[in-house]
Amino acid sequence: MNPVKKMAVRNLAVVVTGLIFVALFATAAKLYDGFFSSRVAISLLSDNAFLGIAAVGMTLVIFAGGIDLSVGAVIGFTSIFTATLIEQHHVSPVLAWLLALGAGAGLGAGMGALIHVFRLPPFLITLAGMFFARGAGFWISTDSVGVNHELYAKISGYELTLGSVIIPSNALILIAVILAGYVIAHHTRFGRALLAVGGNEHSALLMGLPIGSTKIAVYALNGFCAALAGIVATLYTGSGNPSMGIGLELDAIAIVVIGGTLLTGGRGHIIGTLLGILIFGTIQAAILFDGRLSSWWMRIVVGGLLLVFILLQRFFLRRK
Amino acid sequence: MKPRAKSPVIWPLMGLAALVLLNAVFNPSFLKITFLDGHLYGVPVDILSQGSRTMLVALGMTLVIATGGVDLSVGSVVAIAGAVCAMLLQGGHSLALTLAAAIGAGLVAGTANGVLVARLGVQPIVATLILMVAGRGVAQLIVDGQVVIISNPAFEYLANGFLFGIPFSPLLVAVLFVITHFVLRRTALGLFIEAVGDNETAARFAGLAATRIKTSAYTFCGACAGLAGVLAAANIRAADAYRAGENMELDAIFAVVVGGTALTGGRFVILGTAIGALLIQTLTTTMYNLGVPPAVAPVPKALLIIGVSLLQSEKVGRWLGGLMRRNAA
Repeated sequence: MNPVKKMAVRNLAVVVTGLIFVALFATAAKLYDGFFSSRVAISLLSDNAFLGIAAVGMTLVIFAGGIDLSVGAVIGFTSIFTATLIEQHHVSPVLAWLLALGAGAGLGAGMGALIHVFRLPPFLITLAGMFFARGAGFWISTDSVGVNHELYAKISGYELTLGSVIIPSNALILIAVILAGYVIAHHTRFGRALLAVGGNEHSALLMGLPIGSTKIAVYALNGFCAALAGIVATLYTGSGNPSMGIGLELDAIAIVVIGGTLLTGGRGHIIGTLLGILIFGTIQAAILFDGRLSSWWMRIVVGGLLLVFILLQRFFLRRK
Repeated sequence: MKPRAKSPVIWPLMGLAALVLLNAVFNPSFLKITFLDGHLYGVPVDILSQGSRTMLVALGMTLVIATGGVDLSVGSVVAIAGAVCAMLLQGGHSLALTLAAAIGAGLVAGTANGVLVARLGVQPIVATLILMVAGRGVAQLIVDGQVVIISNPAFEYLANGFLFGIPFSPLLVAVLFVITHFVLRRTALGLFIEAVGDNETAARFAGLAATRIKTSAYTFCGACAGLAGVLAAANIRAADAYRAGENMELDAIFAVVVGGTALTGGRFVILGTAIGALLIQTLTTTMYNLGVPPAVAPVPKALLIIGVSLLQSEKVGRWLGGLMRRNAA
């Protein structure tokens, strides 16, 4: 078997997701004039940049067999936290970002520690984390706070021009995060430990892998990603809003699953998550282009895709 | 282990009592109940009627959690049931048909979850996540994204009416709790559910129809959520597909866990769930009374749930057990 074929077989789910993306995009391009353009293709990444960043973090947690429902709330908290620090306390944006990233990682580490040390179910603890972060965000301010800082304007206005293709800054950040996620997940010891813990925690323990620190670190990393997503969202909208990202965790999980990552953990690929983001974006763009379909079709279609992929995973696993 | 096994509802009951006491100290009128125009009024009555929907959803959730699962879709099912009510009543259909259709929608949704979990072996969180995502979209589709006003006195009575001076909805929910308790505890059905939740393979080898029992638990949960959706729509006299049932899955899971039902499955306490739901509602009301903005209210809830699940975890149990033994010695 040649190496390319071997790769394709091993990552069958990713290949299937890739084919689905191509089919979806081609269908939309055929149906709607002007869909097939570099502008639309870039918007698939830039319109959902913060969701994509959260999805990369979520992928790592799901690799390890966990789940994190708090990411949407952490985005809301980060958004209002940084905006308030910058606008009302005149803290420099960089310091505010560092504090927010630290808070996100800290909350994640705390949840990871509770989950690991006390063997509590991840969904319950992160649900509590979601309540906590959302409540804390509203505690800071119940209204949105506009950010008027030159650095914000500079970053959100930056665009990279490659020939006729213009890539906005938030898409660049997303691409950087995906690359970082790819390296962490597939080219480091930590990444291999993640997949091992997700595949079978007991075997991972017997192999001498540091389960506890791996699990706590992955929740911390995910909290970091969620905080980064919150910062990007604030850059993009130009204001901090504590109600930002409500329900976003569901979209992030849906993207990961559509990307072919096994929800029980232990198997998956970051490239799949990238494809999941693109599929999500394509559906969104197609609904927007159509104009006749209402926004709630988005939820129904995502739910339907989720169902199809989960059933595919079941049958794929049963056969093995 | 002996002292803990005395009564499973002692802890939630003590928590509720402490909370009520705290309120009564800071606000003596908290416990005041007045009898006006043949109706009961007062903060405790409000807690009962506002908490009735959470109690109902938590009742269904108790059985699902007892089988070792969880149902995240109840909030969306509440929204769907409300939307169905609004559409049918607006179309001039009878109240009986409307109620049947709304609860039927819940039944179908619950069964779909049950089939995914029990027959196809999908993890409960994931299986019910699908309906949680898609369900709200379906509800918005039914009402076409509008908030539909319902003006039907008989329908409104379900949530805001009084029977013998007592609000109707908590009465209805209490009756359902009593019926469920007796059906499960006076027959072997409750034991079957616990057996499936404890060890499904063993239960199957013992000759139990594990798949059917599991599916039924989800179906029941869906029906409860459907009825809760009816009550929610009747309470605000409108179907709000966006906000109806929002965060209800969280409150329901909290109520079940606080009430002493093990999240790992295999044990359920129906009375505990009722007390847990009242505790959550009292906590919410307390925070309103203390002037905490509603949006911040989740923080204490989060701390409560972490505290309770820590107490339930084996490790802390062992620590506490060790402490007690050392003190005794």
